[in-house]
Amino acid sequence: MRKLLTATSLISAVLLTSGCGEETTKGIDPAIYTDSLFAVMKADRTNYTKLVIKRLGPAGAGAIKPDEHWKDLENGAPLPAQMFRAGAEAVADLTDKFTYSLQSEWPINKQNAPKTPVEQAGLQFIGANPGENYYGEETLGDVTYFTAVYPDVAVSDACTICHNEHKDTPKTDFKVGDVMGGVVIRVPL
Amino acid sequence: MKTFVWSAWIILSIALASYFSYRMFSSEDKSDFLIGEATHGHFQIEMACETCHSDAFGGEEALQNACVNCHAEELEEAHDSHPKKKFTDPREAYRIEILDARYCISCHTEHQAEQTRAMGVTLLDDYCYHCHQEVINDRPSHADLPFDSCASAGCHNFHDNRALYEKFLVKNANQPWLAEIAKIASPNSSSHMKKPTITLKNSAFTQRIAQHPDIAQHWQASSHAQSGVDCGGCHTAANDKNNKTQNIKETWIEKPGLDQCAQCHKPQTTSFTQGKHGMRLSPEVSNRLHPITPKESHLTFNADSSDIQHGCNSCHNAHTFNTQDAAVESCLGCHADTHSLAFNASPHGQKWQQELTGEIENGAAVSCATCHMPRITHSSNGTEVTTVQHNQNWNLRPNEKMIRSVCMNCHSLEFSIDALADPKLIENNFNGKPGIHIESIDWSLGRLNENAPK
Repeated sequence: MRKLLTATSLISAVLLTSGCGEETTKGIDPAIYTDSLFAVMKADRTNYTKLVIKRLGPAGAGAIKPDEHWKDLENGAPLPAQMFRAGAEAVADLTDKFTYSLQSEWPINKQNAPKTPVEQAGLQFIGANPGENYYGEETLGDVTYFTAVYPDVAVSDACTICHNEHKDTPKTDFKVGDVMGGVVIRVPL
Repeated sequence: MKTFVWSAWIILSIALASYFSYRMFSSEDKSDFLIGEATHGHFQIEMACETCHSDAFGGEEALQNACVNCHAEELEEAHDSHPKKKFTDPREAYRIEILDARYCISCHTEHQAEQTRAMGVTLLDDYCYHCHQEVINDRPSHADLPFDSCASAGCHNFHDNRALYEKFLVKNANQPWLAEIAKIASPNSSSHMKKPTITLKNSAFTQRIAQHPDIAQHWQASSHAQSGVDCGGCHTAANDKNNKTQNIKETWIEKPGLDQCAQCHKPQTTSFTQGKHGMRLSPEVSNRLHPITPKESHLTFNADSSDIQHGCNSCHNAHTFNTQDAAVESCLGCHADTHSLAFNASPHGQKWQQELTGEIENGAAVSCATCHMPRITHSSNGTEVTTVQHNQNWNLRPNEKMIRSVCMNCHSLEFSIDALADPKLIENNFNGKPGIHIESIDWSLGRLNENAPK
């Protein structure tokens, strides 16, 4: 009798803890989520730089003038970094499920230098480990985030020439293929 | 005794509730609920509480929506240097704890007259320090500058830096203080609007014209007569423009208001209600207020104009609609501060006198309106359309907004920056040269030379 009761209790416990046979829902791994987002960002960023700025800018047809103060020019076009930022800001208007930004250890605009310890560690890591990404967690304000840092590589001499020659740049020897900074993607956990 | 006390208490409660209900929901005067004097930007509408306090339980989001509702367009136009979207990234969380720049009220708290500073800012003037401390290390030229001078010395603004950013300073450096005098474009936007049906055929109007020969004479010399807009164009309701009603007593409007003018002058009436002259008539204001009168303002006005209610006709005299009069004479009819009173003796004022006497061509002089209600030209379907900006506050504060919209039509950037940073020169209406020099262009050129390839 005791064996029967023990067996019944064990079976009941297993059934209860297994949710009565209901399938558990598996969420997407945050790293896969941010990797996918980065793939879209990188593709768009590369395309804008090559297909628009390089092709139509001063190095190409000369039809547009990429400029920091592009709104002041009739044929002004946002610089690739500004286009990227505009995308991030537009996304922030649409969703708070993730945010992203472009940062660098050698920023032209000092506000784009890494600020949080994870950003600093991430940018150092991707610079020292070409081709690799950095993943971490951090709490900002009252929210904990999964933070991923991806290398932002110079895809064209339009990137390197502009950065190397800018009067505010702290680094003047970028080459095509160098890691110039990082894309930081945050997902609230 | 007990019954008396209870009865008195009930009667008093009902009386108080009735009084405050009347004040809250019916009376234009809601001063009982005012927690403090509103800023110069909002005092005109402080009795229309719900314009800003649209939701009793909406908190700062409701207030922010109210700010954005009226000011978003001008901030966009100003290429706002610190839009909300710059502070919404989680990496800015530490900054938001110091100064929550996502919300206008963090810097512009209303009803705090005792701590309100220039531009309606309620923070101490060194607010730039919180985010830009590194500047004193990065820029030797800035090393000894106090942080309360960033936005008060004519070098930087929190929102509008269109005339002050480094590249613009360099591009416009080393120009003569006075360039060729620009000819001001003639406004033509109203000619692109649909006109009301001409109603001269209506015999009733013909009869009225005969009854008022002086008015008819004024009208005949006006741009309205030249454009074919007669009595019915302004004095009948918008829905009776087909002149079907023979009995004009039914549709006659004795004193046409903003709505009648807006039928042909929509951009002008819209911008009029965005500025200090017409903001009480703005559709954004929650309840109906009477138009502002000079005596309600804190500025200095002529005593005999103190009761004039501000509408289109207070500057554009009815029936003549002389825009030359509206550009100076109407302004000086009310405004009696030192800047206004110094106009006629100033170089700008002298030029204006020459235009009035025909010594120089129309559009080559500077009136009050040239600077404070500038003419804005833009392309519309391949046509250049020029409209008079009727929001007198559009480029008034901070005054560097005037640099590109007005001053640089004739003057160099350097002269413009210096002149607008000199309070004495502003007071005497720019009668002379600037007494101070802002070094921003010099420093920008210096940095350019420092970084030039060796």
